[in-house]
Amino acid sequence: MNALSPARRLVVIGNGMAGMRTVEEVLKRAPGFWDITVFGAEPHVNYDRILLSSVLAGEKDLDAIVIHPREWYESNRIRLFAGDPVVAIDRAARTVTSRSGRAEAYDALLLATGSRPIVPAIPGLELTGSCAFRDIGDVETMIAASRHYGRAVVIGGGLLGLEAANGLAKRGMSVAVVHLMDTLMERQLDAEAGKLLQRELDERGISFFMTGQTEAILGADRVEGVRLADGREVPGDLVVFAIGIRPNADLARLAGLDLNRGILVGDDMRTSDPRIFAVGECVEHRGKTYGLVAPLWEMAKVCADHLVGDADTVSDYNGTVLATRLKVTGIDLFSAGDFQGDETTDEVLFRDPARNIYKKLVLRDDRLIGAVLFGDVRDGGWYFQLLREARPLAALRDTVIFGQAFAGAAADPDAVVRAMPETAEICGCNGVCKGQILAAIAANGLATLEGVRAHTKASSSCGSCTPLVEQLLTLALGGAYGKSAGEEPMCGCTGLGHDAVRREILAQRLQTIPEVLRALGWATGDGCHSCRPALNYYLLCAWPGTYRDDAQSRFVNERMHANIQKDGTYSVIPRMWGGQTSAAELRAIADVVDRYQIPSVKITGGQRIDLLGVRKEQLPAVWRDLNAAGMVSGHAYGKALRTVKTCVGSEWCRFGTQDSTAMGIALERMTWGSWHPHKVKLAVSGCPRNCAEATIKDFGVVAVESGWELHVGGNGGIKVRATDFLCKVATDAEVLEYCAAFLQLYREEARYLERTAPWLERVGLDHVRQRVVEDAASRQALQQRFLYAQRFTQDDPWAERAAAPPAVYRPLAIVE
Amino acid sequence: MDGGIPRPDWLDIGRLEDIPRQGARVVVTRRGDVAVFRTLDDAVFALEDRCPHKGGPLSQGIVHGTAVTCPLHNWVIDLATGEAVAPDRGCAGRIGVKLEEGRLLLRPDPESEP
Repeated sequence: MNALSPARRLVVIGNGMAGMRTVEEVLKRAPGFWDITVFGAEPHVNYDRILLSSVLAGEKDLDAIVIHPREWYESNRIRLFAGDPVVAIDRAARTVTSRSGRAEAYDALLLATGSRPIVPAIPGLELTGSCAFRDIGDVETMIAASRHYGRAVVIGGGLLGLEAANGLAKRGMSVAVVHLMDTLMERQLDAEAGKLLQRELDERGISFFMTGQTEAILGADRVEGVRLADGREVPGDLVVFAIGIRPNADLARLAGLDLNRGILVGDDMRTSDPRIFAVGECVEHRGKTYGLVAPLWEMAKVCADHLVGDADTVSDYNGTVLATRLKVTGIDLFSAGDFQGDETTDEVLFRDPARNIYKKLVLRDDRLIGAVLFGDVRDGGWYFQLLREARPLAALRDTVIFGQAFAGAAADPDAVVRAMPETAEICGCNGVCKGQILAAIAANGLATLEGVRAHTKASSSCGSCTPLVEQLLTLALGGAYGKSAGEEPMCGCTGLGHDAVRREILAQRLQTIPEVLRALGWATGDGCHSCRPALNYYLLCAWPGTYRDDAQSRFVNERMHANIQKDGTYSVIPRMWGGQTSAAELRAIADVVDRYQIPSVKITGGQRIDLLGVRKEQLPAVWRDLNAAGMVSGHAYGKALRTVKTCVGSEWCRFGTQDSTAMGIALERMTWGSWHPHKVKLAVSGCPRNCAEATIKDFGVVAVESGWELHVGGNGGIKVRATDFLCKVATDAEVLEYCAAFLQLYREEARYLERTAPWLERVGLDHVRQRVVEDAASRQALQQRFLYAQRFTQDDPWAERAAAPPAVYRPLAIVE
Repeated sequence: MDGGIPRPDWLDIGRLEDIPRQGARVVVTRRGDVAVFRTLDDAVFALEDRCPHKGGPLSQGIVHGTAVTCPLHNWVIDLATGEAVAPDRGCAGRIGVKLEEGRLLLRPDPESEP
């Protein structure tokens, strides 16, 4: 061990991303080696500051950006004092003192005090309604202002300022940006890309005051706008300063450490006091200060090496090459390295103004040293890799501007990632290498980008490595990945599409809705009315028999087992097997109508009887009486098997070729109670005259002299679609087998709220034929899964609820 | 209210556990039904049980975060304010409700919200 042993008290000043990443790296190397105490100025646990833009833009909750919850501190025995900043360091006594007076002794001290927003010394700063864009408090100020006021002025047209402007605009404010220079983001973009960006933001309703130096904030009590040095005035009810940051080195100055702009550190991250380390935005290393996340991670690793490592294995920090992405949804922008160039460099340019695409690569000595991409950033990760490798481009130079897919790798777009060594770093932000990602994919059966993000953190910060991570997924999974690329997200709570979520549920064996939300990084705490019913169905389908249905994630009709009507009453439809009824059933229904004074009785399109206008509190009694006459729920309210419609068939009809009513009853007995992505209707006709209209049903059966024709994917609703002919079978048993297999395939593959008709058009009839007709083993396996699932669903929900009516059917209280 | 015996400010309507998490129950009052909601993290809210859109029973909607989605046409109503979430516009009346020692207390007059 190094000179710091044997005493082991590590005090960390700063509970932010750099400090806690260093602690994480220390724990990774030598858990329990240090006794760790953390002081933070903000009253929060460590959160992802980068994602404050997403919170401001309403794309994420505050909960969703927490990196280390309280349990992390507890389980690693870290003492956290949040909201109690350190105010003094006594280097001689080796103690720190916090604002509340707490004194802690240290053997090693880590300064991770971050940076402070720069606020110009101008009149009007004392007015309410101005803030910076740095922490949760600032974001809360902005969100509150956006609720009550209409106009915002953002001072600063850099990365942070534009993200603030975009967020405020998305919250409904009209936003003006004041920028000192004549190009936006001039530290990351050349003039041409800057102009393209300005045009794009302009089209989103953000206005710009370029070459504007803010001279004063105007207003009496609350801000009313700003005045610029050239006399222009910009009105606004909120003023946000985002003109830059400077290292927060106040404590270090008080403690007498060497500093310049930031706290001076060597390649070992030590300050001028060998017991004191510093990482993050507060440091100055080889004359440079950093304000992006990637350097923080590299510093954290080096610092951790020196805090726990042997003298001969430790690494040195050599500075970081930076890549930038703007987190403004819908604007694609990437820059890395030295993108301005000089007289010793060459430029390779690509312009497609009509499509708003601009790419510039900067080369020196045949090596890529910088890149700016606007409008098409797919190759950002590849260019960044070339830039860091710094190898001569040679023949690649001819085509490098057209991107990786074209540049010789055209035959195999994954060649580059395949060729990378296992130790190649993929995610610079989080320090994740290729081997770790592939191992996580294999160990956890990951199949999506979100899965990789959740398990490795790769691609979860700036996102610039997303294409590389996706290529690794392709490498690991082959064609199975990318199938769903381009699929729309399920809802605003997630970036994942339906198919991806279903794959992850199976791959990660996720068993409950809260587990899914956690494992797949849902942006909201408990989902929404759109994703929760879908997830409930997917889990039910994936784990029949073990999944506990979540009533609170069911649409009201499925929760109440009745159909809500426009006046808030319900309709009740008893099941009539195959559309057949009897005098006893009709008499019982008539009695129920009289007894409960049900206002309306109607024959439905699916050959059932509908009792309309039943009040919620009457439902259990109505069901009890119908149950007593042998009738069960018709599931006319669910994303479920609804009805099997039949004609009278050969028993009575002079044209009938088969007993269609008996077949309908058999099908309904097999399928009733099954849950589906959407409602499912069946029909059986006894001859090709097709009186049961089987060719506009999800699964239609038409009798012919020699057997049964099976038809699938019909719909008589908004968009009429006649069925596709699936195949012809000879026996009754085959009808049941094919029907079960078809329905199970639909249950497993369709997206929630997708009827069989659009599903069939999406996946193609050939696919369904292959699985249900041609491949007998597949058909039988599907049938077995269907029948297995049915073992758990064929209990009459009415009988259960009539026997012991849940409280939800009654009022909680009646007050006079 | 109307000259008789003064009504207590807060009425005991039951226990927190009487309402399912992410769910609601109805309290029947002279002024109409009141929906009392319980969120995932056990916050309680009460609104008139009428969606500002077409009067749908909000008590029957799916509760998510601090919002409920009306079962009739998927309007999303903020439980804290009663306001419909943009782009829809409208407001369901807020009713005072609070939790004290596990008991739910309701102030059923919309005007007298806390």
